[in-house]
Amino acid sequence: MKLNPKIFDADAEQVPIRKGFGEGLLIAGQTNDSVVGLCADLTESTQMHLFKNKFPERFIEVGVAEQNMATVASGMAAMGKVPVISSYSMFSPGRNWEQIRTTIAYNDRKVVIAGNHTGLSVGPDGGTHQAIEDIALMRVMPNMIVLSPCDSIEAKKATIAALSSKIKSPVYIRLAREKTPVITVDDTPFEIGKAAVFFEPKEKATVGIIATGSLVHKAIMAAKELEEENIFVKVLNLGTIKPIDVDAVVALAKECGRIVTVEEHQIAGGMGSTVAEVLASHYSVPMEFVGVNDKFGQSGTPEELIEYYGIGKEGIKKAAEKVLSR
Amino acid sequence: MEALTDSKVKFLEEKANDIRISIIESLVTAKSGHTAGPLGMADIFTALFFHVLKHDPKKPDWQDRDRVILSNGHICPVYYATLAHSGYFPIDELQTLRKFGSRLQGHPHREYLPLLETSSGPLGSGLSQAVGMVIADRIDNGKTSNKQFYALLSDGEHDEGNTWEAYLLAGKEKLQNLTVIIDRNNIQIDGFTEDILPLDPFEDKLKAFNFHVQSIDGHDMRQIVAAIGEAQAVFDKPSVIIANTIPGKGVSFMERKFEWHGKPPTAEEGEKALEELRTKKK
Repeated sequence: MKLNPKIFDADAEQVPIRKGFGEGLLIAGQTNDSVVGLCADLTESTQMHLFKNKFPERFIEVGVAEQNMATVASGMAAMGKVPVISSYSMFSPGRNWEQIRTTIAYNDRKVVIAGNHTGLSVGPDGGTHQAIEDIALMRVMPNMIVLSPCDSIEAKKATIAALSSKIKSPVYIRLAREKTPVITVDDTPFEIGKAAVFFEPKEKATVGIIATGSLVHKAIMAAKELEEENIFVKVLNLGTIKPIDVDAVVALAKECGRIVTVEEHQIAGGMGSTVAEVLASHYSVPMEFVGVNDKFGQSGTPEELIEYYGIGKEGIKKAAEKVLSR
Repeated sequence: MEALTDSKVKFLEEKANDIRISIIESLVTAKSGHTAGPLGMADIFTALFFHVLKHDPKKPDWQDRDRVILSNGHICPVYYATLAHSGYFPIDELQTLRKFGSRLQGHPHREYLPLLETSSGPLGSGLSQAVGMVIADRIDNGKTSNKQFYALLSDGEHDEGNTWEAYLLAGKEKLQNLTVIIDRNNIQIDGFTEDILPLDPFEDKLKAFNFHVQSIDGHDMRQIVAAIGEAQAVFDKPSVIIANTIPGKGVSFMERKFEWHGKPPTAEEGEKALEELRTKKK
């Protein structure tokens, strides 16, 4: 797998994941005239300003009205447009979930929903703005595809892929605010529905880590450190949560015999739950879940919060050790 | 739109009565569903589909058709009956309403009946879908687009914040091809609208959202058609028509009774209702 050679360096380049969304939307907008953007008063923060500046006639400012944004987008999709709606995830799909369900998913209208500011790493804004329930909210919806890119480059590819004509269904893309180390490079393959191994240990792995989104880098760092302790861990990047790459997940469980899932989300209903559903019916192995355990977030720096809630590098290492002891 | 002659008015009134008969027949068979709203909106649906709309039942996916977006999906018995009488599907199919495997779901679902413009049921999201359609059409065809968009809303669903978000955006965008028709029947499930959550002064509210506002008798074909004509002649803002209707219209023992909002007639009640409607036919 082609990845950023500086991945393990302290000075690895850091870019917000949301930035890749803005760049991807601009590119998709240039190749497809039908792409339109709608935003609920967060245009620059959600990185939609790049699209807006280039295509003002295809941009609709709806004001602080996320329910209207989703339903207007559904109407535009009915007329042949490919709408992209962006806000903070807590408000879209948090506030407008029913509108997304009925007018987008139930209608099977292709609308791309970009949920920004997910996870605890939103930081000082506090728990009201930290969406750690959105994977659960979106993956229960029939017809909905759920993407969770691990860095800005993957977010760009995910956005372009979601907007390509090959994808007919609505898509949710999970994005994050904070700067995140860049893991991938331009020619790292990305395909909706495909997971990829991002870390191979020197010896046969006895733990498989499945990570998604902003914590993939921490999972890789944890695996690297565990290797020095002679614990060999393989890391799978799950960029698509739904439809999940069943073959890759089952193959990892068969190869390693133990699984740890890592996500900046509630344990209940999140990516780990998705993996557990797959493994329970295909190939049961001991599992540990790194995620938020039934708590709301709070103010703090992203690093403080990640450590406090036990979902950082140390938490991942502990989970790997624990799953090995079972 | 063609001129509305006296003989056309008579034709429309008879058609609306036929549609009311189909509504009652389908609800009796379904054994569940909403009665008062569909009967109250039969005249407006008839005026739209048999006089106003540019549409072709043989080509439901014709791109240049006018759009009707039904927001309060629970009144679908009148929508289905009107579509059937217009020739979109056989009238017999109305007997499958709410049954397993039917295209006529209890609330409209376009996966089952793709000729529907949208699925609906949860209140408050129809107007914004219509707004999205008009904005999309304007991007493609400019302000002079010859398509008209009719959003049909209940009065009760003006309790929903989403509805007012949509009015705000439509007013801002001056969507001249948008006509909202409100079924002002004054009832909702728990009682009268003015007791539950008052909407009056309704006209003033709508004017304040930068709409051209008209109030009409929603059972008078001439008023319905004239109001739509006036709405289309307004070029600087969207239009809303408050259609004052009688819930349960046409069946005397159902009229004005909010108890008939969400229940179907029994076989006996249905027979009584049909007798009254069939008498009007003669």
